[in-house]
Amino acid sequence: MDRIARRNAVNNVMLTVTGLCTIVTVSVLFLILGYLIVNGWRSVDWNFFTKLPLASGETGGGMANAIVGSGVVILIASAIGIPVGFMGGVYLAEFGGKTVPMIVRYTADLLNGVPSIVIGIFAWTVVVVPMHHFSAWAGGFALSLMMIPIGLRATEQFLRGVPNSLREGSLALGASKTRTIISVIVPAAKQGILTGMILGVARVAGETAPLLFTSLNNQYWAKSLNEPTAALPSMIYYRAISPYEDWHRQAWAAGLVLLVLVLVANIASRWVLSRGTSAQRG
Amino acid sequence: MGTAVVTAPQQTRSRKLVKLLRDGDQIAHLVTFLFAASVFLVTVFLVYELWIHSGPSRTKFGFSFLTGKTWDPVAEQFGALPFIYGTVLTSIIALLISVPLGVGAAIFLSELAPPKVSNACTFLVELLAAVPSVIFGLLAIFTLVPIMRRYVEPFLKHTLGFLPQFQGPAYGVGYLSAGLILSIMTFPFIISISREALLSVPREQREAALALGATKWESTWQVVVPYARLGILGSIFLALARALGETMAVTMVIGNDTGIHTSLLSPGYTIAAIIANEFTEATGDVHLSALVELGLVLFALTMVLNAAAQLLIVATTGKGSKQP
Repeated sequence: MDRIARRNAVNNVMLTVTGLCTIVTVSVLFLILGYLIVNGWRSVDWNFFTKLPLASGETGGGMANAIVGSGVVILIASAIGIPVGFMGGVYLAEFGGKTVPMIVRYTADLLNGVPSIVIGIFAWTVVVVPMHHFSAWAGGFALSLMMIPIGLRATEQFLRGVPNSLREGSLALGASKTRTIISVIVPAAKQGILTGMILGVARVAGETAPLLFTSLNNQYWAKSLNEPTAALPSMIYYRAISPYEDWHRQAWAAGLVLLVLVLVANIASRWVLSRGTSAQRG
Repeated sequence: MGTAVVTAPQQTRSRKLVKLLRDGDQIAHLVTFLFAASVFLVTVFLVYELWIHSGPSRTKFGFSFLTGKTWDPVAEQFGALPFIYGTVLTSIIALLISVPLGVGAAIFLSELAPPKVSNACTFLVELLAAVPSVIFGLLAIFTLVPIMRRYVEPFLKHTLGFLPQFQGPAYGVGYLSAGLILSIMTFPFIISISREALLSVPREQREAALALGATKWESTWQVVVPYARLGILGSIFLALARALGETMAVTMVIGNDTGIHTSLLSPGYTIAAIIANEFTEATGDVHLSALVELGLVLFALTMVLNAAAQLLIVATTGKGSKQP
């Protein structure tokens, strides 16, 4: 009886401990969001989105160039990363045999695991060194490398999820394989693929390390894609490590804006996916 | 099909058409193949570029680069040991905290929580994994570091000060703070993958243990967790790989000291942090190539861990199976 009581006590204690672990881990997200809102929301005003940064020590100014710069760098990254990820994924799911897809899948996982700072070095050696200057191109290239594996694996996974009966139905009607892929298989998997692409964009949107020595930073508007370009994440970094109170305030504001963007993109991707699956069921 | 009478010219025309379409398929095959192959080629090219650009440093220092303790850009003496030490130490601190916390939460989410609560919590934890690294760094600089300096580190010195790990002045920045922030950044991976592994344990295993009179905890700890151990181990490897390669948050709180210190409260450096700090300001070819070689070392470390993690995760959860 004593033994059973002890076992039950251990049972209750340990199960409570696992519950506490869950509470701690889940609450971290709310702590982060709460801290950013408390410290940042007062500084997120019209100026933040429309004004250029001011010289150190001056109060005021915004991050308009960094917001636009982030957009430009992400657009370049998407223009490279999304087509490569998508087409590569189509190959893996629809055309590939056994060996080639296995190799590509393995290297995609490898690429996905490469530390972002190493991606930055690589982009520096292949874009910055030949061009002789830091540029939005280099930043976009670096981010595209981080986007490709996510898009590739998502495309492959969701194309594989399309039932074979759909493929066979289309082929039986006389459609070619290419036509089947374009008109039947990809539309059937489009929600999943879109989810993967949004997640890919959301992941690179917050990356700082690959931009440190590719797109660098800029206090002013970048006049072309060949110039150093400011981006929101790197601006947060430079502001946060600066000694100026007013810059810290802006770092909090930029952090809040970036976090909200990334969280919204993640939640949106989930929403797209859930809508897709319920539409297929009903 | 069978009823149509096919005349000779029609037959050749349709055959041509079929051939053309088949050629279209081949074109599509080729185009998509090129895109897929580019993923492979770019990865190989990455390794090649790292190898080439680290050339001057590799020829000058050889393997002593890995064991060298001095990092002196002025004298062009470069050794990687302080950074390897800092990287490994901060990652170990991170795992000491995130593994118990993460596995505990994963057990709760897979075994105890109702499916709806479990899915909601997992979603929130996965959102945490999406928070950009620089935001963790921002919070660490302005909230974690002051707390560490004022309360946690003096407390640790007071209670555990007899150990060499907890001596020296409390700066707030250093190995311990970096490890703490890394633990928060790694437990989402541990939770979400361990939960998958635990959910893929067959129901019969639990029922058999419970039928033999085990309590819920005994069935979980002695039957379910051992059954899923490879997947859990895989998640830990993956978390370790993330921790080793993490840059921004660590760079902001590590303290930038190129020495090797026993005390966890002391400022230090990690591989990723020194690359981030010195790359654009590198003086001379040897300095630059030493930094690239550090990148190569980091790449090799994370690759080995990632490969091991993938093998372990596939071994337990099976390829893409997500059913409980």
